[in-house]
Formats: sequence, structure tokens, C-alpha cells
Amino acid sequence: MDEMRIEELSDTEFDVLKEVSNIGTGNAATAISKLLGGRVDIKVPDIRFLQFDELSEIIGGAENEVIGILVSLENDIDGMMMFVMDKPSASVIVNGILNRGDEELGAEMTEMEISVLTEFGNIIAGSYLSAISGLTGMVVSPSVPALSDDMAGAILSVPAIEFGKMSDRVLLIQSEFCSEFGQAKGFFILVPTLRGFDNIFKKLGLKKE
Amino acid sequence: MGELIRVGMADMNICRAPDRITTLGLGSCIGLVLFDISTATCGLIHIMLPDSSITKANYNPAKFADTGIEELIKKLTHQGVRATSLCAKMAGGAKMFSMSGNDIQSIGEKNTEAVKDILKKLKIPLISSDCGGTYGRTIEFDPITFRLKIRAIGKKEVYI
Repeated sequence: MDEMRIEELSDTEFDVLKEVSNIGTGNAATAISKLLGGRVDIKVPDIRFLQFDELSEIIGGAENEVIGILVSLENDIDGMMMFVMDKPSASVIVNGILNRGDEELGAEMTEMEISVLTEFGNIIAGSYLSAISGLTGMVVSPSVPALSDDMAGAILSVPAIEFGKMSDRVLLIQSEFCSEFGQAKGFFILVPTLRGFDNIFKKLGLKKE
Repeated sequence: MGELIRVGMADMNICRAPDRITTLGLGSCIGLVLFDISTATCGLIHIMLPDSSITKANYNPAKFADTGIEELIKKLTHQGVRATSLCAKMAGGAKMFSMSGNDIQSIGEKNTEAVKDILKKLKIPLISSDCGGTYGRTIEFDPITFRLKIRAIGKKEVYI
């Protein structure tokens, strides 16, 4: 794929990404429901290209403290995936999973809290990856997730830099979910390498082999 | 007091006293300030990658250390600053995530090295730096005091 093309996805290619994220979101809703032990509603995800700067604005600004969960990808699709949410949303998730009522995550999270969030990230990543595998038949191997609790700009610099190698924008899948325990907002950035993008679209018959 | 000029990711700007200049949430990126004490003028660039030759997607010179620093110096000299009187301060280049089994030098380190190499080549003295670590930084530079203020979550403010 020419580097120019990342930002010039055709309507068909965009529809494919929407389809993948719809399925992924559906998988994620089911998985999170099981994890939280209650009903979870996920809004239809919003997918778009953003300039690097606009990325931080979505999650409260470049200095806002957020949690980022990073998974690196290998095999048919290589690259990385990141899930980002603000701290109040992370509190909702942790409280729901640990079934512990209304507690706020402190400045330093406990090992248990970090472990729970990491596992949550794992599940979200798995939901989207199985959507991609299901549609394309591709093998994707995710790494063990890594977690960071820091300024949004700093955390987002990691996928932004990866995208920066190929383009001047980032592809974002934004989802919001509501559980009985409260509202949590998060978004999802998928950064395949150029080879990864190529492979995805080839497998879906959108490109010549 | 002047205004606070804000620089975003892959972006640069110039600032004259009494204004100050800032960039927020530096992770693996580098925030580089070039300043001239005698004219109280400075420039700040938020660099993402070391080298523009790795990609054809290099329309934005501010994204890369090589093209970005060159462009920033051009802007400064257009403001009447002599390139030979420039000094530098820098921050950032953190490793935000520790992925196990990753022996490859992280992009934060590569960015830090690239900027330092270019400054050396251009004979611009690097007065101080706060790079590396595993945390994000916000920086703010005042061309009158030429102090670089560094803020990080859960840490005390530092001036370098």
C-alpha cells in the first residue's frame, strides 16, 4: 500500500473497518457483561481519522490523566493496539469487576487494580482481534498488555508516533459504554503496519494479490 | 505577563518576551527549545521521529528532528536571531510502556539521541535536558528567565 493511501481509504475499505469495529464492539459488550456480571450497553462506535493533536482533546486534553493499555500485534497483522480511558471510567470498570461499590482509583493504583485493568484491556483487544480474524481468516497474535497511568498526550504519543511513520493522522474507533455501575468512555486505536493494512484489505478481496 | 503560546504534537512556534511557550504531554516525543538570551527570543518544537528519510509521509517538517530543527532555526533567523547565538534545552523521550522482551532501543531514546546529535553537529550548546524515564512531561519556557519548567503527574515541578 502506498503511504499516501492510508488517509485515502475508499468507501468500501472504510465500510470494512466499520464492520470490523461493529463486530468487535459486539464481542466486547458480551465479554464485558460477563466480566462485570451485569448488562452492558455499548454505543455504535464512531470511526474517523484525526490529526495528532485532536486525539488528546477527545479524552480531556493532553495533560488529563488517563489509563492506556497497549497490546503489540504479531503475525498476519503486525503493529499495535491501544485502549484509552480516563480515570473515572477506569474506576467504574474496576469497581464493577471487583464488585466493590463506589471507590475512586488513587494516584498510585494497587497491584490488584492494575491487574484487573490489564485483563480488561486484554479482553477488549481480544474482542476486536477475533472480529478481524473472523472476517479475514488471519492469524493475529497479541502480546501481554502493558498499562500506563499518565498524561493523555504522553500515552497517545506512542500510537501517534507509529502512525507518524506512515501518515499525518491516526485512525480512531471511539466507543462509549454504559453498565449498571456507571458510564465509562474509552477509545481504541488500531495501528497496523502498512503491511498489516495491506494484508487486511487483500484478504477481504479489496486489493489484488 | 504576556501570553502562553501553545505548541502541539509535530508542531513548532516562535516566542518573544514577555510571552512564554509551552507543549503538553510529552511522552516519547522530544520538546526542544532553541533560545537567544540577547534578544529574549525562542522557538519550541515538539518532535515525534528522528529522521525524515524513513517515510514518504514527510510533508510536515516539524514531525522529524532533522527537518524540524532546520526549519525552526530558519524561523528564528527570520526574526533577526543569529544562529550562532542559539542555545538549547530539551525534555521528553520517555519509555511510556514496558513491553517485556523488547530489547530494541525505544523510540524515546532514538529521538533523544537524534536531537543531541543534530545539536552537536550544528554547534548549538545543550544547556540542560530532562529526558528518559517512564513518565509524561509538560514543559514551559520563559525567554526572559530562560528557565524551562517541567511538570509531571505526581512529581514536584522542576526548573532546568
